[in-house]
Amino acid sequence: MQISEIQETIKMIDEECLDIRTITMGISLLDCIDPDIDTSCRKCEEKICRLAKDLVRTGDEIARTYGIPVVNKRISVTPIAFLVAASGGDPVKYAHMLERCARRLGVDFIGGYSALVQKGYAHGDRELIDSIPRALKETQHVCASVNIGSTKAGINMDAVKRMGEVIREAAELTVDDNCIGAAKLVVFCNAPEDNPFMAGAFHGVGEGDCVINVGVSGPGVVRAALAKAPKDAPIDRIADLIKRTAFKITRMGQLVGTVASEKLGVPFGIVDLSLAPTPAVGDSVAHILEEMGLETCGAYGTTAALAMLNDAVKKGGVMATSHVGGLSGAFIPVSEDAGMIDAARQGVLKLEKLEAMTAVCSVGLDMIVIPGETRADIISGIIADEAAIGMVNTKTTAVRLIPAIGKSIGETLDFGGLLGEGPVMPVNQTSDAVFINRGGRIPAPLQALKN
Amino acid sequence: MKAVITVVGADRTGILALVASECAARNCNILDVSQTIVDGVFTMTMIADMDGLTESFEAFAEHMEAVGDSNDLAVRVMNRAIFKAMHSI
Repeated sequence: MQISEIQETIKMIDEECLDIRTITMGISLLDCIDPDIDTSCRKCEEKICRLAKDLVRTGDEIARTYGIPVVNKRISVTPIAFLVAASGGDPVKYAHMLERCARRLGVDFIGGYSALVQKGYAHGDRELIDSIPRALKETQHVCASVNIGSTKAGINMDAVKRMGEVIREAAELTVDDNCIGAAKLVVFCNAPEDNPFMAGAFHGVGEGDCVINVGVSGPGVVRAALAKAPKDAPIDRIADLIKRTAFKITRMGQLVGTVASEKLGVPFGIVDLSLAPTPAVGDSVAHILEEMGLETCGAYGTTAALAMLNDAVKKGGVMATSHVGGLSGAFIPVSEDAGMIDAARQGVLKLEKLEAMTAVCSVGLDMIVIPGETRADIISGIIADEAAIGMVNTKTTAVRLIPAIGKSIGETLDFGGLLGEGPVMPVNQTSDAVFINRGGRIPAPLQALKN
Repeated sequence: MKAVITVVGADRTGILALVASECAARNCNILDVSQTIVDGVFTMTMIADMDGLTESFEAFAEHMEAVGDSNDLAVRVMNRAIFKAMHSI
């Protein structure tokens, strides 16, 4: 082993913010379903607390032994709508149960207050969706998500309409707390079932009983690698550099996942190869794009640079791990990324550009603060557009918008911690009410005759 | 298990002796040492065998870091597996 390699790794951790963003334990609650909601909650709580009792301790132990920070320890569970379908009752009871588990176990987040309604509502779905704003107000650690479209099913426009209202309600109910409710709610198209990242994590019904998924981070490491390349280096060389760096970052995720899985006696699921930024200095995806040669993120060229970055991260990461999954790519949340925040403040990065960027990167319109006066049908329109991009391009897209109730453009919402702070961004307020009010379902797109 | 111990700080007499004697006192067997001094900055990397430790790895790592802190040195103790994972296929 070369001394230079040891020093490179230590520098990545100390100076370039390399960390394991999350170890997420996925737990199936299908065997906890009971016709009585209180019994159902009790069984769920017992199972979650039994399987995840050592999760936080193991994460901390790995961080200590290997010297790599493990920032979050999280849990994802079977979409709660499935449980509500059988048990009936007030779905918020499940949210309180999940909150109790999170507090007892000391995890950072627990995801899975979710419903999958891409093709229609089943029993439990509507009740769960209606209860999301209240569940998010009354809990701190619970995250909610709703899948409203997929490439195979099309887009459920009834759900799109409803989610516009739910996002507003979630923000209104938590107006005293920076509208944080909406920051814990994601609307998906093509939601992955093994995603370790919040707020969109849930444990898909095709998954095993219990599994460990790992999400790596490392925008700072990629930016530092690019900073060393000459400014006139051709872009394929830059792509190569990103691949090499992504490989190293992902190897770390693979190691941590393997060790965690052994220590906990739970099968290792996937590594999510995402570049997940934080508001910390030097941990920004926007700064990677700027390092490639853009004055500010949002300038023309941003979409192309991001497309290349996203692809190179995947290519580099794929060989480094035995199973890739989750969202895997570059995240572009606004409030969680120092470079994105600056670009949005300067007015260079606009919602329209972000929408274009989501066509080529993982996830979608993420952690974007919009004016409080934005009507529900406008939010639904944004969701519909974003879902259409995901549906047609056979990729995951998502919307996590935070209506800043009582605030307008130029003001800021400050969530603190990993969620960061976001300036209120302008939104095109032209009405789409008639389109959204139609409801129904956008048919699934052709997968051939593509142009 | 083998660990990598790194020490960085302003160069002065006795750094290597200090770290080595702390290791010896806890039955940590030093296998390899490499050190450089550039512009007065002392950098040392040690590979050490942890199997005979008289305490847990976590306790040892914590102790070594504390020794570093009280002597104006940045000391890290990390499982070697992380470097192997990152740099070799």
